[in-house]
Amino acid sequence: MTKQKSKKLRGLLLGAGFVAVAAFVFTGCPSQQSMLDRGSAAEKVYVAPGEHDEYYGFFSGGYSGQLSVWGLPSARFLKVIPVFSQDPETGYGYSEETKPLFNTSYGFIPWDDSHHPHISQTNGDADGRWIFINANNTPRIARIDLKTFETKEILELPNTGGNHASSFVTSNTEYVIGGTRFSIPYEQDLDVPIDSYSDSFRGALSFIKVDQNSGMMDLDFQIVVPPYNYDLGRAGKGPSADWVFFTTYNTEEAHTMLEVNASRNDKDFIAAVNWRKAAELVANGHGRTVPGEYYHNYYEGNQGYAVSERKNGVTILDTREIDEDFIYYLPTPKSPHGVDVDPTGEFIVGGGKLATIIPVHSFSRMLEAIDAGAVVERIDGIPVLDYDATIIGEVENPGLGPLHTEFDGRGYAYTSVYISSEIVKWSLETFEVVDRIDAYYSIGHLMITGGDTKNPDARYLVGLTKTAKDRYLPTGPKQNHPAQLYDISGDRMELLLDFPTIGEPHYAQEIRADKIKDNVAQIYEMEDNDHPHALRRIADNRIEREGNVVRVFMGATRSHFRPDNIEGIRVGDTVYFHLTNLEQEWDVVHGIAIKGAQNSEILVAPGQTKTMKWTPTRTGIYPFYCTAFCSALHQEMQGYVRVSAADSDVELTWRTGTN
Amino acid sequence: MKNITLLTAAVFISLTITACGESDAPADRDRSEAPAQEQGLSEFEVEHGIGPVTERVEIGDGFDQAMVDKGRNIYEMKCEMCHNYEGRMVGPELGNVLERRSPEFVMNFILNPGGMARDHPVGQELLREYMTIMPFQNVKEDEARAIVEYLRYYAEHN
Repeated sequence: MTKQKSKKLRGLLLGAGFVAVAAFVFTGCPSQQSMLDRGSAAEKVYVAPGEHDEYYGFFSGGYSGQLSVWGLPSARFLKVIPVFSQDPETGYGYSEETKPLFNTSYGFIPWDDSHHPHISQTNGDADGRWIFINANNTPRIARIDLKTFETKEILELPNTGGNHASSFVTSNTEYVIGGTRFSIPYEQDLDVPIDSYSDSFRGALSFIKVDQNSGMMDLDFQIVVPPYNYDLGRAGKGPSADWVFFTTYNTEEAHTMLEVNASRNDKDFIAAVNWRKAAELVANGHGRTVPGEYYHNYYEGNQGYAVSERKNGVTILDTREIDEDFIYYLPTPKSPHGVDVDPTGEFIVGGGKLATIIPVHSFSRMLEAIDAGAVVERIDGIPVLDYDATIIGEVENPGLGPLHTEFDGRGYAYTSVYISSEIVKWSLETFEVVDRIDAYYSIGHLMITGGDTKNPDARYLVGLTKTAKDRYLPTGPKQNHPAQLYDISGDRMELLLDFPTIGEPHYAQEIRADKIKDNVAQIYEMEDNDHPHALRRIADNRIEREGNVVRVFMGATRSHFRPDNIEGIRVGDTVYFHLTNLEQEWDVVHGIAIKGAQNSEILVAPGQTKTMKWTPTRTGIYPFYCTAFCSALHQEMQGYVRVSAADSDVELTWRTGTN
Repeated sequence: MKNITLLTAAVFISLTITACGESDAPADRDRSEAPAQEQGLSEFEVEHGIGPVTERVEIGDGFDQAMVDKGRNIYEMKCEMCHNYEGRMVGPELGNVLERRSPEFVMNFILNPGGMARDHPVGQELLREYMTIMPFQNVKEDEARAIVEYLRYYAEHN
């Protein structure tokens, strides 16, 4: 893009509808296209049949609520890990074992919007133990175990509106962070006029402690802050490892038509939080406990059934009440979106969404400014540092709408630029743009292999874009969101691959496959099955009735269920099929579905027990069958249930194998 | 001649597996343990099966009761859903299996079912008869030995 053009367009920024206008203008005129010839691009992404990719990619599902897993560089789709949304494909959120994961203080919530996956870290490097991801709508954080690729835990965040600045971890996964995107009255359920915003509304920054052995999360404390929109967060590294950084916008404190009203100030803030000091203040009794209802849902036992714990009360640090400084505001132009810290921990880069430059703060200069007392004002007790004291560079001509930045560890940063739909590569030494390449179309986040760690390997960059338009065969007015894979190992970025994803991927993570794949479980060991309704011996298959509750302790193996003929069920009964898969062979899965069940099928992994609830409403004969093609005799894997009238005296019986 | 029979059987099996598409393809771990087809089977393997058990196992005159109990637990957890003591089910009856097969053969079949079905003439024959490759049930060698002890005990007492 030429400077002249940039200036001309800068004028457009004053108008309220600038985004739409600029998007229109730029969709049609890409800045530059650099693609290898087809042969060498294909060679770089080719992974032969039967061979494995070098990297796992974890892409957030956005409004699907899930997390998708990819092999890179081939872009093989590996699986969807269901997290915040029910998944009828696997029975996640439909089986009795997984339903409790969806409990919140607002009841059972079957959906959410998942944005930012983050792999657990040790010494600033991704370690492949767990991956965390946030729920934006009803604020929660989930932990997925990378041994089984299953969601094991979901923690609700109280007194928070829109958990967007989440779920980033600190260098040793001491904490996972959460933040309020939509400030709301901090006091739970407070009923006040919306235009009391500035008086009644507050933001909350959440610090969730992680148990290093189990991975279990615990809401340690929240920092109560002025009512801005806390947009994204990121932990420091190395020298800045004790700090986390949040971007803010809407320092105007608008509560209507934010598109215009929250875009007035030249600068908003990056909030720099010394989390170690905040944690010490809490440990030393400087916080206070306020009401805050939330749910903590997690798997109990070896084999996996979830329980819900209802909690109340959260420890807060209110900046208006604490004398010591542990949080600082760094003025940053203009409605910054992303905040990203380079591998050395020194550079803090703001994605100045509406700015015409990319602002770069220096961590060491920030510490100097704090020591020197370079405070221009205090807002609710929070010192605002002098912009000139912390800023170390402003990247000129970055394109329009810079959002997110990652780093290659070789002295360069890569920023996604939404409106002009491109990626710009710039030097951390000169703060000058050295390369740029198109994104198709309207890029949001980008992600580099290990780009958010101390030691990025920086082979590839993935751009996650918002619209596909003409990129693939058309599939109707709404199309899936694309991702693009770039080779960034050389001086110039080169486009290798362009592929559709699931949901709307926001942020993503990529990790060397060898950090995960040897630890992945192939089966659940039957000896460890501690499910209270497991069938540990096939001889124990049985049915128990207690009033209207009927429990079927059922076993599955290739290629039959036991029992498979059941009589004596009555209309009005609640029937639980506790199905144990008695196989111990990798990837041999059985499922169950029964006619008329207002439920999904339930898939059961080898050695696992899962439960399908069924409430028959009509008399008759109900076939059930295995939903997963398991063997040559899969079509024979079926059974019948006889349902009699509510007042029937048909005896409860079950059998297998005797005609 | 024997080789031709084996080859024919191998082709038949592979055709069966291919035709079944999504059915029980042998797991990778079996492949490495199985000797190449061209090399043929050793005398031991013909008699006692292909797998990790490559020498005769010591079997006493009496019973090791602890081993019998351990074997019964594993048998009931991991074997019984497919095998009757008397009469065929998903697989052959096992009450008298030690009259038909050696202890080592039974152990190798438990520990390397995919390899046995693919490479051993008896395994191939059983696959033709039952149309199901026995799954590996994550049984360790000492556990397979305990199952054998239990089956010996069962045969003696029933």
